[in-house]
Amino acid sequence: MENLVEIRGLRITFAGAVDVVQGLDLDIPAGKTLCLVGESGCGKSVTAKSILQVIDHPGRVSGGSINLRQTDGSVLDIAKTKPTSPLMRQVRGGDIAMIHQEPMSFLSPLYTIGNQISEALMLHRKISEKDARAEGIKMLEEVGMPDPARRYDSYTFQLSGGQRQRAMIAMALINKPRLLIADEPTTALDVTTQANILDLLGELQRETGMGVLFITHDLGVVAEIADEVAVMYLGKIVERAPVRELLENPKHPYTKGLLASMPRLDGDFKAPLKAIPGMVPPPALRPAGCSFHPRCEWARKDMCGHVAVLETDLGANHMVACHAYGPQAHKFSRVSKVVDVGAPVAVAKKAVGKPLLSVRNLHKHFAIRAGFFQRQVGAVRAVNDISLDVFPGETLGLVGESGCGKSTLGQTLVGLHRADSGEVQFADIDVRAAKGAEAKQLRTDIRMVFQDPTGSLNPRMRVRDIIGEVLQVNGNHSAAEIEEKVQGLLARVGLSPDYAERYPHAFSGGQRQRIAIARALASDPKLVIADEAVSALDVSVQTQIINMMKELQAELGLTYVFVSHDLGVIANISDRVAVMYAGRIVELGETDQIFRNPRHPYTEALLAAIPGRGARKTGARIRLTGHVPDAAKPLAGCAFADRCRYVTDACRVNVPELRGEGNHLDACLRSEELKLRSVSQTEALVSA
Amino acid sequence: MTTFDETSGMVSPAQEKRRGQGFEGHWALVWRKFLRHRLGVLGGIIVLLAYVVAAIPDFLAPVTLEAYNPAYAYAPPQQVHLGVSTEDGWQFRPHVNAYKTVVDYNSGRRIFTADPESIIDIGFFVVGEPYKLFGFIPAARHLFGPVEVGQPFYIFGADRLGRDILSRTIYGARISMTIGLLGVAASLVLGILIGGVSGLFGGVVDNVIQRLIEFVQSVPAIPLWIGLAAAIPRDIPPLQVYFFITIILSVLGWTSLARVVRGRFLAMRNEDFVKAARLDGCGPVRIIFRHMLPSFLSHIIATVSLAIPGMILAETALSYLGIGLRTPIVSWGVLLQEAQNVRTIASAPWLLLPGVAVVIAVLALNFLGDGLRDAADPYAD
Amino acid sequence: MGSFILRRIIYVIPALIAVSLISFLVIAVPPGDFVDRLAEEAAKKGDIMPLAEIEAMRRAYGLDQPLLVQYWSWITGVVLRGDFGYSFGWNLPVKEVIWPRLGLTVVLSLASLLFVWVVAIPIGIYSAVRRYSVGDYIFTFLGFLGLAVPNFLLALALMYVAFAWFGQDVGGLFSPEYIEAPWGWGKFTDLMAHLWLPMVVLGTSGTASVIRVIRANLIDELHKPYVTAARAKGKGEFALLMKYPVRHAMNPFVSGQNDIFVDIVSGGTIVAIVMGLQTTGPLLIKALMEQDMYMAASFILMLSVLVVVGTLLSDLLLAWLDPRIRYQQG
Repeated sequence: MENLVEIRGLRITFAGAVDVVQGLDLDIPAGKTLCLVGESGCGKSVTAKSILQVIDHPGRVSGGSINLRQTDGSVLDIAKTKPTSPLMRQVRGGDIAMIHQEPMSFLSPLYTIGNQISEALMLHRKISEKDARAEGIKMLEEVGMPDPARRYDSYTFQLSGGQRQRAMIAMALINKPRLLIADEPTTALDVTTQANILDLLGELQRETGMGVLFITHDLGVVAEIADEVAVMYLGKIVERAPVRELLENPKHPYTKGLLASMPRLDGDFKAPLKAIPGMVPPPALRPAGCSFHPRCEWARKDMCGHVAVLETDLGANHMVACHAYGPQAHKFSRVSKVVDVGAPVAVAKKAVGKPLLSVRNLHKHFAIRAGFFQRQVGAVRAVNDISLDVFPGETLGLVGESGCGKSTLGQTLVGLHRADSGEVQFADIDVRAAKGAEAKQLRTDIRMVFQDPTGSLNPRMRVRDIIGEVLQVNGNHSAAEIEEKVQGLLARVGLSPDYAERYPHAFSGGQRQRIAIARALASDPKLVIADEAVSALDVSVQTQIINMMKELQAELGLTYVFVSHDLGVIANISDRVAVMYAGRIVELGETDQIFRNPRHPYTEALLAAIPGRGARKTGARIRLTGHVPDAAKPLAGCAFADRCRYVTDACRVNVPELRGEGNHLDACLRSEELKLRSVSQTEALVSA
Repeated sequence: MTTFDETSGMVSPAQEKRRGQGFEGHWALVWRKFLRHRLGVLGGIIVLLAYVVAAIPDFLAPVTLEAYNPAYAYAPPQQVHLGVSTEDGWQFRPHVNAYKTVVDYNSGRRIFTADPESIIDIGFFVVGEPYKLFGFIPAARHLFGPVEVGQPFYIFGADRLGRDILSRTIYGARISMTIGLLGVAASLVLGILIGGVSGLFGGVVDNVIQRLIEFVQSVPAIPLWIGLAAAIPRDIPPLQVYFFITIILSVLGWTSLARVVRGRFLAMRNEDFVKAARLDGCGPVRIIFRHMLPSFLSHIIATVSLAIPGMILAETALSYLGIGLRTPIVSWGVLLQEAQNVRTIASAPWLLLPGVAVVIAVLALNFLGDGLRDAADPYAD
Repeated sequence: MGSFILRRIIYVIPALIAVSLISFLVIAVPPGDFVDRLAEEAAKKGDIMPLAEIEAMRRAYGLDQPLLVQYWSWITGVVLRGDFGYSFGWNLPVKEVIWPRLGLTVVLSLASLLFVWVVAIPIGIYSAVRRYSVGDYIFTFLGFLGLAVPNFLLALALMYVAFAWFGQDVGGLFSPEYIEAPWGWGKFTDLMAHLWLPMVVLGTSGTASVIRVIRANLIDELHKPYVTAARAKGKGEFALLMKYPVRHAMNPFVSGQNDIFVDIVSGGTIVAIVMGLQTTGPLLIKALMEQDMYMAASFILMLSVLVVVGTLLSDLLLAWLDPRIRYQQG
């Protein structure tokens, strides 16, 4: 086996002489998939771009070499090649091609995808427009684009997210490159679409024998697609190994930390997670010595903070850059603390007693208006006949793919939208009819945490005023009372009390989310609705927040409705889970029931799509094709029917109701007769 | 050296300046960002000076508005000398030279040349013609002028009645600079009202107002202005003309402001922090004044400062055409009326000097507006 | 696309009705009319017009009718017969005066627009690509200056320069011998020889603002992800620049052409007065002064129609350029 690209001592500098990447060594093997893993801000993307010399101004490669082995055996040092030279242009798109995270912004909306695909071809081959079109359509077919001849003339905004990514893959592969760089190509996609794209990339890699450099922050995706893995932290590779070795036998404390903070879906998925403390510092503040040492539980101040780390070869292709494995290894005990989440969270609460929140037949439709007089011409049924109970002290997870109505449901419950019909009962209050004192009580008892911690804090207000506003507006609280409350809340969410004086712009994403949580708690609420509250955060910060929310729940006896698209997070935090599809709940049950014994085919497909589920491999995989039905069009029968592998004629006629015994409900006409695969059963099971 | 605080994930405060720590509020950040925009600051200083001039023209101008001397009709600008050479060497003594006059009998015009022999000393804080500061404080001191009252002093030249163009340009600032301000103020009231209604109510109301704005914006402004201005009765007092012109300018000027206000309102309504305020139980008044308005006030200020130059240019054009302001009101446009045709300009090009004042004022306001616009959102970048 | 065009054209109709109404009302509503003006003039000469005569004249001109009736008869005349009414001041049907003037206005406006494009687009692209270069600073400063100088002042200054330094009287669109001459090659070349100065004057502020628009938008576009993506395909820098960032920056440029065109038509009025051009401007102001109602209203109407049509064209151009508009609103 030989390496396609060998990077040595790579240094990438941005304006102000900040080295984002410093002395990076990386070998990219031919014919294999190498995953580059790390949190955001580690320099993964910019490293990938440097291989094509397409780093945006003001960044530039300022040292080191990037040696590309050419087909004739000669070696080209890309770092020394002029970015605008014909030689470099030949490499780009010809030898090495790239796909990106957001195909919507990486493809121009002004040209058809066909135009942009054939452009790639014509730049590298003398070919007539007609032939280029034929090849482009063929390529689209190979990447699984439905109706390729028609899609060839489509614009990006006429395609779905998955189709756009397929178009981008077609554009990259049309010249049969020897190396494909994939920069988080599935991060923006729904989990079922992600599964399809990962399958496709794996297939194409095997068929063409090209090398793939796959960049991701998600270790699940790594398990799914990688042959080898390189873990990157602050511009350096800290560990590298074949995928199985790295996942099962990680050495570097950063790798261990990443693995420990990832919600797992094997074993006890409710087990508390262990977070890496802190966050990735900006490259300008790169710590001396080992750059990971401030966050490392093994770190020895006398050594890690001063002495630069060297790579240690552990044999069997396993390399690690950590003092604990170097010449001074004997000084390190290499014992990691056991998870230190103090709260007693292991016992799942039972849904018993009188529900705190009770929802019956809730509908929320958004009117579609058109024309000068804004007549209503239709309605998007965002929330469609939803009934559920939330019991005191529990966490109810709402999960589903984008557009399924889970956020709308959350926002309707908290009062941001006015429901069209149905009943909502909170404690003894009829929520939809509440006025005056009752409305005020609802405002203080039901609170919300938003997804985007930047947008949800008013940048013009001090942290104190943000957190204290709900107290100012509701009831008589003196300034001193509010101050005391704010100080207490800040301490509670792990922030220094003097932050009260400051404005939000100086805080990191994780800290802002802590502030947002403090605001939600300011009125001593009973119910907190968290709308994708950890989705915008990096994995280690995400885990910190999840752990904190669990602790707060245990201390304050809070009830959560936790809305998320991330099944791992949902499994970890929820006592019960509601799976939503096209505005309806398709399955509702205890977390174990949902994940270990799914009854609805959509739940089964969702679980099967979670990356890293055992299956490199074989047998009948469950993959969803097609799209969620248009919520503006009237629908007969089950909304999932068109994508369901167990569909019968009856499914298209009868609307399934949410029903079942005990706590486990589903909305599938055939749930009795089907035997579905669960998340922990890695071996393929044959369905009934 | 800066260190990294591992538990909080924050850059430790000891080495970073307070600014990174979020102690500064919105306006402090806006101000800081504005100060980085050099041209904007320069523009701001010039604008400030222009309004100072507009506030106390009587003190700054060497002579009053009424002063004229037909003997110096179309006298060219005098050159200012900083000193004189005597036997003792060069001596600081700012002065201008008096004129020697020859009458050209062919054209019937006087030809002025400088008379190096006769020196007119320039003094500061000299006593000159009396005036009333701010209209009620009697005074006679002028910032500068000829030491002896009544001596010819025309460093910008004179017009056809022998009036000092410099003094008149200084007085012109009073009208030209304020009419822009007033016009924009009127536009702002209209814009905020209409834009706010549009953004707040949405639906059909919004649609109607949007079409109206589009329509008003597509009407060629100047012909309409001319039409409206021509409709002002000729026999009403100058002050009323001034207000009519202001209204005419803002009739078409409110649209862009209304658009900005509406756009911000709509965008703001869906901001998470506004939703959060609603959930906190804030009423609409509190949401608008505590959460929304502060968030786009800086944008509005920037838009306003970019709207003023248009008003100044429009007033100048209308007055120049003779359908805007008229004497005895003195604005830069009124002054430019003197330069009606090429032949006049060719013989007395200094009649265009008030135009230079217009250009400088408009440039400065544009710089200022650009700087403010960049600074309006200090969180970007 | 077809329905988009149709809808856009239908939108124009209420705009035209409103424009015509405003044009008429602006002239007709203020107190005093052409007959008053005549009487005033006569009075100045010491010639008092008898009231009966004034009333008779008013009746003859139809000025005694209610405003809306006057408007209705005027506008139906315009729409159905191309009859713009009668000019009191010229003693001629308005249409005989207005068409040649309007023709020249259109020629001058289009020439200025062309001038703006030819000058501003390359400069804007240059300024964006070579940001913070000496050339960029110079153009940026000139741009600011171009926006700050009122165009009538620019006209005066240029005329002064031409007159004082080259001894040329550059006013007007024709040399005196061609003003009344019928159209021919000689008149055409004479027009071209005179056209450039007003064209430059009118185009200056538009050029300045277009440079700024293109520069700002192009700078945004230069670092967009799809540019990186296209570069990663191996596209050469110049072809890349033209196909992606420049093409994308054209959209805000095209939608801004509305305002530029409005400004040119609108500013043309004043420049024409200052430079004595044989376009609509000087006649408009004369008609307004004399309260020559139909004349003034017709001029304002036709200028507005010109602008409304220009807006329509630029919207259609934008839809043609941008598939998002074509497919999502069409």
